[in-house]
Amino acid sequence: MKILVCISNVPDTTTKIRFSEGNTSIDTAGVQWVINPWDELSLTRALELKDNSSAGVKSVTVVHVGPASSEPTIRKALAIGADDAVRVNAESKDAYYVAAQIAEVVKKEQYDMILCGIESSDYNGSLVGGMLAEFLGIPSVSSVSGISVEGGDTVLTREIDGGKEVVKVPAPFVAVVQKGIAKEPRIAAMRGIMMARTKQIRLYEPLSVDPLTAVTVFEKPEPRAACKFVDPEHPEQLIDLLQNEAKVI
Amino acid sequence: MSVLVYVENWDGKFKKLSFELVSFASETAKMMNSSVIVLSIGKVEDSELKKLGDYGAGRVLALENELLATLDSQAYSNAIAEIVLKTGSKVVILSNNNTGKALAPRLSVRLKAGVGSGVSKLPLSTDPFVVYKRTYSGNAFARVEIRSPVKILTLAQNTFHLTETPGNAVIEKIELPEEITGSTKVLDTKKQSGKILLTDADIVVSGGRGMKSPDNWGPLLELADALGGATACSRPVSDEGWRPHEEHTGQTGKIIAPNLYLAVGISGATQHLAGVSSSKYIVAINTDKDAPIFEAAQYGIVGDAMKVLPKLVDALKKR
Repeated sequence: MKILVCISNVPDTTTKIRFSEGNTSIDTAGVQWVINPWDELSLTRALELKDNSSAGVKSVTVVHVGPASSEPTIRKALAIGADDAVRVNAESKDAYYVAAQIAEVVKKEQYDMILCGIESSDYNGSLVGGMLAEFLGIPSVSSVSGISVEGGDTVLTREIDGGKEVVKVPAPFVAVVQKGIAKEPRIAAMRGIMMARTKQIRLYEPLSVDPLTAVTVFEKPEPRAACKFVDPEHPEQLIDLLQNEAKVI
Repeated sequence: MSVLVYVENWDGKFKKLSFELVSFASETAKMMNSSVIVLSIGKVEDSELKKLGDYGAGRVLALENELLATLDSQAYSNAIAEIVLKTGSKVVILSNNNTGKALAPRLSVRLKAGVGSGVSKLPLSTDPFVVYKRTYSGNAFARVEIRSPVKILTLAQNTFHLTETPGNAVIEKIELPEEITGSTKVLDTKKQSGKILLTDADIVVSGGRGMKSPDNWGPLLELADALGGATACSRPVSDEGWRPHEEHTGQTGKIIAPNLYLAVGISGATQHLAGVSSSKYIVAINTDKDAPIFEAAQYGIVGDAMKVLPKLVDALKKR
């Protein structure tokens, strides 16, 4: 079995987001770039499956759509343990554009299990995984919080509103994964970092695809009013405020 | 030119989320001088389908078929896409919940339709078609222009009001447009019963590491009970196993938007706020007056939760 993990390069989640002139893009000065947290968990689970010989995983490849400047993030994925990587040499235009590029890679290279994080922490779209599956005409299961491979069958646990379902899915497929898939993201060890330097990042030139959407402008969230403090000796005043001022209880 | 909205059901019943979707679709249709078509898939009684009419649905298409008994994203999106084409709908609306996230992207590729995902407001304009969505986990919002002829929107839960408009929905039973079979097989379903779902709750009481021990949760549960709310927790609490993972709210956990979010002993790290910042009101109870949670909160109490919570419960009971 060959696993492909799609990774996105995002600002560290603690980054204070600032916009560039005209508010059409973010100001990248001083931004620390990391693997999107859900993609990092996908990669971790893929490597756990590879470590478990009964799952029969031959290789774990990561794919990223981005310019050369995102290579440090790909190297990080290789240092964590991915066998090799593919970079499609293009700036992301929208989710549709990214999914179309990854679909081309999959068509050429053939993978059995494709993992995508449920969303990227920058655009919060929750789109690339499902789009990729539709481009390829293969099954997709979303909100996946567990993957196991037993006797050649892949069984996924997915979250539904108010519960969980256990779903059997034939390969090849896309699993869109969320929290629960792996306990903690795997961290690169020194040996992994050394080995990553010699691992291959294969380069693809992008397909010409028209995006369907465009961000026209970014805005800061509306500032909240200052906090009103209630005397801790008289917390019943809080109940009064919630009932008569906020009118939420 | 119509607006098509897909509403799922839970054991044959709709919930607030479904009516929010229909309200949102009706208002969007009004902006476009168009009408709303609601699509329901699964076994739902006519009396329940009729309720959709109270929120502006003029026409309800009801599709019931064994082949769509479980959510197979491929089969469902094929069926919905066929109906979109047949009805000539130009805007397709789904929830941004687990189901919507499974279907919207597949529909997008099938219909070559751009998606505005997780929108929390009506479109800012319909020509050009511009939507407003949360980005950077709530640290920024973006105006996104959808340029394709057909547009797909997924609505963030609990962000749109219900608009009751007395009306009468015409129910049409429809058949599957073609033989559609899925490839996934649901082996088992585990449903959470009895409790209010965190993502549905109007009021959420949430505990953080400041609660100090899993043994201290009693007063917090009592407060949630007295308010008729659901309970949640921060990531360290679920990581420690003090509370179940289902309760974890935050960037990597559940993203919620209740009317009232009470954060008890939660300092308010960026990652936590990313999951709760769309709440209408945030109340913080914390011993540290400099905790960042107070910057996000409208009401605060600087004090010990163990002393404050029982008093709040008493005050609520006396109401």
